[in-house]
Amino acid sequence: MLHIPCPYCGPRDETEFHYGSEAHVAYPENSANLTDEEWAKFVFIRSNPKGWMAERWVHSAGCRRWFNVWRNTINHEFGPSYKPFTQQPKSPA
Amino acid sequence: MSTVTFTFDGKQYTGQKGESLASALLRNGVLHFTDSSYKDRPRGVMGLWVEEPNALVNIDSGAGEPMVMSTTIEIVEGVVARSSQGVGDLPDTRDNSRYDKVNRHVDVLVVGAGTSGLEAAKKFADQGKSVIVMDDKPTAGGHLVYLGQPVPPELLSVLDRENVTFLPRTTVQGLYDQGYSVATERRTDHLDVNVHTEMSRIRTWHIRADHTVLATGAFQRHLVFANNDRPGIMLSHAAATYVSNGANPFRAAVVVTVDNQGYRDAVRLSQAGVTVNAIVDIRNNPSGPSVEAAKASGIQIITGKTAIDTCEKEDGTVKCVSVGNPDGTEAACVDGDLIAVSGGWTPVVHLATFIGIKPTWDAKLAAFVVKHSDSLTSTAGMLAGDFGDDDEAAIFFGPKLSTEQALVAFVDYQRDATYRDFKRAIDAGMRSIEHVKRYTAIGTAHDQGKTSGTVTMGLIGQAIGKAPDEIGSLTFRPPYISVPFAALAGRDRGLLSDPERTTPIHSWHVASGAPMEDVGQWKRPWYFPMPGESMHAAVLRECAAVREGVGVMDASTLGKIDIQGKDAGQFLDLIYTNMFSTLKVGMSRYGLMCGIDGMVFDDGVTTRISENHWLMTTTTGGAAKVLDWLEEWLQTEWPHLEVYCTSVTEQISTVAIVGPKSRELMRRLAPSLDVSNEAFAFMENKHVDVAGVPARIARISFSGELAYEINVPAIYGLHIWESVMAKGADLNITPYGTETMHVLRAEKGFVIVGQETDGTQTPDDLDMNWIVSKKKDDFIGKRSFSRADTARDGRHQLVGILADDGSYVIPEGAYIVAGADEKTAPPVKHIGYITSSYDSAALGRSFALALVANGLARKGEKIAIPMADRVVTGVITDSVFVDKENTRRDG
Repeated sequence: MLHIPCPYCGPRDETEFHYGSEAHVAYPENSANLTDEEWAKFVFIRSNPKGWMAERWVHSAGCRRWFNVWRNTINHEFGPSYKPFTQQPKSPA
Repeated sequence: MSTVTFTFDGKQYTGQKGESLASALLRNGVLHFTDSSYKDRPRGVMGLWVEEPNALVNIDSGAGEPMVMSTTIEIVEGVVARSSQGVGDLPDTRDNSRYDKVNRHVDVLVVGAGTSGLEAAKKFADQGKSVIVMDDKPTAGGHLVYLGQPVPPELLSVLDRENVTFLPRTTVQGLYDQGYSVATERRTDHLDVNVHTEMSRIRTWHIRADHTVLATGAFQRHLVFANNDRPGIMLSHAAATYVSNGANPFRAAVVVTVDNQGYRDAVRLSQAGVTVNAIVDIRNNPSGPSVEAAKASGIQIITGKTAIDTCEKEDGTVKCVSVGNPDGTEAACVDGDLIAVSGGWTPVVHLATFIGIKPTWDAKLAAFVVKHSDSLTSTAGMLAGDFGDDDEAAIFFGPKLSTEQALVAFVDYQRDATYRDFKRAIDAGMRSIEHVKRYTAIGTAHDQGKTSGTVTMGLIGQAIGKAPDEIGSLTFRPPYISVPFAALAGRDRGLLSDPERTTPIHSWHVASGAPMEDVGQWKRPWYFPMPGESMHAAVLRECAAVREGVGVMDASTLGKIDIQGKDAGQFLDLIYTNMFSTLKVGMSRYGLMCGIDGMVFDDGVTTRISENHWLMTTTTGGAAKVLDWLEEWLQTEWPHLEVYCTSVTEQISTVAIVGPKSRELMRRLAPSLDVSNEAFAFMENKHVDVAGVPARIARISFSGELAYEINVPAIYGLHIWESVMAKGADLNITPYGTETMHVLRAEKGFVIVGQETDGTQTPDDLDMNWIVSKKKDDFIGKRSFSRADTARDGRHQLVGILADDGSYVIPEGAYIVAGADEKTAPPVKHIGYITSSYDSAALGRSFALALVANGLARKGEKIAIPMADRVVTGVITDSVFVDKENTRRDG
């Protein structure tokens, strides 16, 4: 079970969280003007890197707040977590 | 040590309290413990601890437990055990033992209380860290205990420190990410055979440690030669330990070894009074202190040779071993009623591999070791390759065998898998340990290959001329040893196994005898049977009562989210497919939510309580998911919107009174309220006192009938329900449950998200194009509606289905094929499937909803539904069966 650093509450067990996929994939402002391909890229395609990845979690059974955190997809090591719309810390890589 | 009496296979024996059952049986001269699972070959005990592949028993005393390794049972007075031929049987009586769980955060967890574990514990304890030391054996000391040597007091005393907790008899079953481990502690079986109800029999520990030290030691492994499974053939370290403790049924031994451990064990056997006829060493020039010690005690040493085969006595136990060259030549018998095998050490790498740390092959030690150290995990002792300075081993796993010999040369004893089985896998082209394992079942028994894993990899290497680490790596999965489900469940059994959510009216439902339906964690009344009434009859009666008179339903489980803030209307416009910002205060509107992929996600009615205050309802099962969804958009995409969401599902109780006579009942319940259609229209809300309680009444209908939903603070829920029942008694008020609710809504063609949908339906697919706003610039899902796939022809669409035989209720999930006249023998392409299907009182026949390719354009077409025993024919219809014109909702 992962031990996830909530930037509001501190480290907590994975069972208190829900996963929110890759961070920094913004909802397009002008969706009507996007081609099918551009829209499908937003809806379906994520980078899925092997290694460090910035991703979103929500502390559902805690403060109920969404946040971003660096996680290594190889060994599940966590890097720094940070609040939405704040400066992204550098990748721990 | 006190003497205790125990029973094995119906016969009474005495043994020493606390020794293992295996040890006690050897003490009594029992060598033949059981017969093998598949080939009925006599088997004895091989090992010392949880590596034991043979000597399984069922415990019938105390709490009882199937398939336990006799090497791990500490005997107490009155233990009753039965030999097990590989298959356990559960006791058919209830286990009244207590099981429990405990959670603990700690600086350092040390797994293994041998010398290296104790050294690690001391190091961290000296730094002032909080330390837990776990060991699966009854005492600390590891190998020293087996050797009968004292544990250095400066190490042992660390366990008494205030910042150190020592948990003996505690098996770490799993190690997971970020220092999380799960361990089971056996607390009562070693005390007596009683069923303990005050103290937990097994306590499961959930530990989160900043650092975990793995000092898990090693198991000895066997060699693969012909007839290597007879009782009396044992791992040398196990044999020497049993014998040194006085459990000695043997007179003469032959030690077969690949390393110096065999020499040490030979000396121990000799000191305990067993004549060691020979040490047979595969190495040509063995050296080291242990070899010298064995020579000094006068034991004959045969080098460059190994065991090829064995002979048996009349009772099936071993009589002698034939010793020859590794190619099988020049074999000659050496007598011994004990053949002690030292095939090298296999460090216990399990926990390390659970978290993805790969063992490495150490050719000097002939072992997979884990030398690892990072901030979370480190290894120590034999696991880390610290075997001492006297243990250079030959990389050797067994001699060349003839075809006949291979048939009885066992690689995995519990699975009865032989060298012949192994060879077939190699000859079939298998090279990876993962493939060989699956081809032969080696390593899949209760011991999960604790002894056979490395042996198998070594044999593959020997067969194809590669080193074991070129074959693959050892990978294990939790649990480390088999664990009773009861231990993992702890107290979370029966009522406590999962939270149950009940409404404030639940006690009334229970008292009325209504069977309950599980909806997520909610308990909802399914139907309210009269005495002796079947479900089918009850549901037809309830449905008829609602359509013709008045029914009442507890709708309190619907998800409810209180939404406030000046931008709430704008937010709801983005969340729902239809428009909400224009809704007048005091009005309700049905809304549909989609994901960004345009697929229907949830639905419900949302009410504008005041200018900036809304109340959203969601499906019963979707409440938490929807709240997360709203928060996701508010927090991560539109933080500029001033909107606040709060779950109020459990704060509000909802009682729906439904049917043509509900207006009369509403009038009685709230005399001050003008219930006329003109004063209180469909989708309107009124705040008024009902039965002395402030209530919000909503004209919302999920059945198509005139209906009023009475919403009150939850504590008044039961009061309102009882008031409704009292005031409606002479109107024959009929309580109804979820089944009737489902039938009534299906008759009206109302979908249930999750029943008519599975995450691949757009509003268009559900024939709900009317709810998709054409005016709004954007809402979640809008752009996806024009994607090629969502807009394509041939999508599954919601329709009704009427079977030609109106007495037949088509099973939900049944596949539909086109054309009643066409052949229905395979292959037949299906065009859709049934999503909801019921018998209807209003229609006087059965009906169904279905998703059918291009269904909306196919109304009137004949279809067929092939069932196992018949082909059902029918016709595609509109999805609305009752009151297409919506005339009934106004009474």
